[in-house]
Amino acid sequence: MKILCFGIAKDITGQDIIQLNESVPENVKDLRQWIESVYPPMSALKSYMVAVNQEYAANGMTIKVSDEIAIIPPVSGG
Amino acid sequence: MENIDIQILDTPLSIDKSYDFVVHKGCGGICLFVGTVRNHNKGETVTHLDFESYKPMAIKELSKIAKACSDYHKAERISIHHRVGHVGLKEKAVIIAVSTPHRTAAFEACQYIIDTLKETVPIWKKEHLEDGSFWVNARP
Repeated sequence: MKILCFGIAKDITGQDIIQLNESVPENVKDLRQWIESVYPPMSALKSYMVAVNQEYAANGMTIKVSDEIAIIPPVSGG
Repeated sequence: MENIDIQILDTPLSIDKSYDFVVHKGCGGICLFVGTVRNHNKGETVTHLDFESYKPMAIKELSKIAKACSDYHKAERISIHHRVGHVGLKEKAVIIAVSTPHRTAAFEACQYIIDTLKETVPIWKKEHLEDGSFWVNARP
């Protein structure tokens, strides 16, 4: 499964796409726990959102291996 | 949608193109907002900005904003152009153009779009200062 990283998340993880070959987190909450354990500076961010298939996803949303996941740090467009 | 024009571009933006899209014979009011790069932020000197986007989701979120604006403010035409990549001082980072029958709705619609864009659209700016660079809103 691929996890897209943007902005400061790309700096923290060192990748624009994380290839996850081990077992896929079941839901967004588990994904957050996984990414914060592998990349501890992620937990120091004030906040970040997770998008599943280009829609913002709540912690309870389940994840399938075919989903497009993205880490969305605080946005700053405009 | 034919009345909504959303683009994320890595080339300089054009006020004329945004204006020409929204001008409409049924509309007496056109409001334009241009976001440009300024040379300071929180007391520090900015040399330029770099914008990054999650492009397909940014277009989806901008479309939602435009649709809500069209429904609520009765905007006839809406154009939102956002630049990505290196944007220098005084250059245009975003242009929002709206046309409505009367002027009050044009001002309100334009403000709604930029305010909501800044909250929800997956676009990020990195500020380049004289002695470093930082992602805005994610600075330690």
